[in-house]
Amino acid sequence: MLMYNLLFGGAAGQGIETTVAILEKRLKRSGYNVFTVRDFMSRVRGGHNFSLIRFGTEPVYSHSSHVDCIVALDDETILLHRDQLKEDGLILCDSKLSASDPRLIKFDMEGMAKKLGNPRVSGIIAVGILLKLFGETPDGMEDILREFIKQQYLEINLKALQEGYQIARQHYRHLEGKYADWMLISGSKAVALGAVAAGLRFYSAYPMSPSTTIMETLASMADNTGIVVEQAEDEIAAINMAIGASYAGARAMTGTSGGGFSLMVEALGLSGMAEIPLVVIDVQRPGPVTGLPTRTEQSDLKFVISASQGEFPRMVIALRNPSDAFYQTMRAFQIAEKYQIPVILLSDQYLGDASSTVEPFDPERIHVSEPTAEIETEGEYLRYRYSESGISPRLIPGKTSQPVLIDSDEHDERGWITESAEVRTQMMDKRMRKIDGLKQELLEPDFIGSDHFDTLLLGWGSAWGPIAQAVQLLNEDRQGQYAALVFGDIYPLPQKLLTEKASKAKRIINVEQNATGQLAGLIREETGIACTGSILKYDGRQISGEEIAERIRKEGLK
Amino acid sequence: MSAETFCTYETAWCPGCGNFVILECLKTALEQLGRKPSEVLMAAGIGQAAKTPQYINANAFCGLHGRSLPAAVAAKIANEKLTVVVDTGDGDSYGEGGNHFIHNIRRNVDIAHFVHDNQIYGLTKGQASPTSVIGLVTGVQTDGNFTEPLNPVLVAIASGAGFVARGFTGHKDQLISLMKQAIEYKGYALVDILQPCVSFNKTNTFTWYNERVYELDESYACTDKPTALQKALEFGDRIPLGILYREEKKTYHQKNEVLKQGVPLLDRKTDTALVNRLIASYV
Repeated sequence: MLMYNLLFGGAAGQGIETTVAILEKRLKRSGYNVFTVRDFMSRVRGGHNFSLIRFGTEPVYSHSSHVDCIVALDDETILLHRDQLKEDGLILCDSKLSASDPRLIKFDMEGMAKKLGNPRVSGIIAVGILLKLFGETPDGMEDILREFIKQQYLEINLKALQEGYQIARQHYRHLEGKYADWMLISGSKAVALGAVAAGLRFYSAYPMSPSTTIMETLASMADNTGIVVEQAEDEIAAINMAIGASYAGARAMTGTSGGGFSLMVEALGLSGMAEIPLVVIDVQRPGPVTGLPTRTEQSDLKFVISASQGEFPRMVIALRNPSDAFYQTMRAFQIAEKYQIPVILLSDQYLGDASSTVEPFDPERIHVSEPTAEIETEGEYLRYRYSESGISPRLIPGKTSQPVLIDSDEHDERGWITESAEVRTQMMDKRMRKIDGLKQELLEPDFIGSDHFDTLLLGWGSAWGPIAQAVQLLNEDRQGQYAALVFGDIYPLPQKLLTEKASKAKRIINVEQNATGQLAGLIREETGIACTGSILKYDGRQISGEEIAERIRKEGLK
Repeated sequence: MSAETFCTYETAWCPGCGNFVILECLKTALEQLGRKPSEVLMAAGIGQAAKTPQYINANAFCGLHGRSLPAAVAAKIANEKLTVVVDTGDGDSYGEGGNHFIHNIRRNVDIAHFVHDNQIYGLTKGQASPTSVIGLVTGVQTDGNFTEPLNPVLVAIASGAGFVARGFTGHKDQLISLMKQAIEYKGYALVDILQPCVSFNKTNTFTWYNERVYELDESYACTDKPTALQKALEFGDRIPLGILYREEKKTYHQKNEVLKQGVPLLDRKTDTALVNRLIASYV
């Protein structure tokens, strides 16, 4: 499998993000399947940030630490990453850097940029050089630059690109891929698109890394699509606003990371108790508290499945890749609407910020229902009418002649406060009956790998890509047979495929980006199935397929 | 007075509670404005005053303690045709919900906010509220409250509210008039309503208020901010009632690009062709 792996590194404030976004889009349009992981420090200037762009002619599931080419905007990048560079690799950097290495190619990009009249175009000069190195042409770059660069700077950037392209020599062979017509998108942007496609009308949130991209993406589309994006004074306001808007008939969502979710917890119960549809996304980062603000972890699973006092039905869906991010966000709205419950989406910094190449989304694939239209009821409208499914007809206040009452206190069928023991029991039973319906909706985990496996890996959410790659690598070794189950729907826990596959496995290993093995714990609690080994990582850095495979080989997990 | 449209239910308040008067005035105000129960949304958090939406025939959002403002403004954002009234207590509005109080003034969504201000916590049986006077002895403030009381009308004017008024349950006709003006005002409108708590506040009794309050007359220039700020400071031997400050301002709906187009948010439909174009922009 032929693939290139490029590391682009420098300090915050050097424009890596935009330069990489331009480059990855060009490579994808050239036909490559591109996958980019972003590693940031929590600062606006300085520090060390890098992106790993992996591209080839086959789907890329995970990043790799074996690098073909390093683009270094500072010396630190070279010092930190030269050990990852292949023997025959290249390091592209500016002449001003002091580092020495036989693999270095230096260009006076800064000098060229100054001569062109704007030192900030040195990044685009580097893009020009890279296009030549990798056997690409600058064709179609104008369209791409237009997306990222203001009109007044377009011409100078095009010039910079051409100059970069002219001074370099081709070093790698262009590979013919079939992905030119696919999308290149990050998990967070796919979530935003999914929400728009589902008919989102109101999004309220408080800025918090790494969830802010969702709010910014929605805000950029809000005026055209007829969505109100409101920056709330805090996460408590954000979720209460979303619930208020949803009650009044506007499809609503809020998003945050673990710290903000902690503030939202009480209102999550309001959505459950008052039976108001709500979609909440938690883009996880390492905790507790402030933790590592710009890094990644999967450690909020047990928190979100039990967050808020008391008991009420909820659904938790872990997003595995950008396609999931789009379709499962749409589906979250449908389930929230149908069951009038909170649906929690779990993403993380890794998935949220990484870009993947995916088949163009089809919004028609998921149907999202509207709230119940006016119903002609005999006599009084009962917002919380008892029903077999536990679901009561939800009317929209102002859209019916009947008042619509919702209450966070225990209430009777009309929505009036009650302390009746009998009503309390009936109302709890009504709400909890929704779980029976939810269980029928569950999607089984993705099964990956060999049907004749003896080792079964278990994972969830964004570990999907790395686990898929690990299974591929391990099965190539032919030292055993591997397969994996990766959960998307995770609460209630789908158990059918799990029980079936677990009964055939000699070893079961959970692979999770947390310290306690939260999925393994949940599975054990729900099914009694115990993992025999585990691969856990909680240093804030994303695990790769190579890393999983290596740890399984080294640790001889049994 | 008659307010049959918004008919009365049995309440769980103490006999003699100021809440009864506020409820009656509210129903009368809504009735006189010709509102139908189905177009009125009453929102509240938790507390004795927060039970008000339960006792009135209208849409009701009885949410979390302190959090009725964000839910109510979002409901108004969702459907501008609703008449949205947040009717709740001083603890709910100024204590637990203090942050939302300030920021929803800044947001200026067109809602009315009626605060039952009895300077005490009733539902939890008599602790200091954010507006309790210094020296008030309670089961928690056993040596007397020594925390500076919040001046809600001063905070509201200083935060940029365009309609700030004070009413008193002993002046019903004025209270009804203030409520009507607040509901009709385009933007966030605060009416801080003084009311006695007969069970737990033995300091700020009906007589205590009655001896101090006076109605602002026409000579008072309620549109002059420095004058209003000065007037808002007056709370002691004399307490002014009426509109303390009024200014016409652009509402949230008039400023938001989507809402200013005039289609209620909940009636808007997503254009599939547009969604497909957005998807294509990532190719």
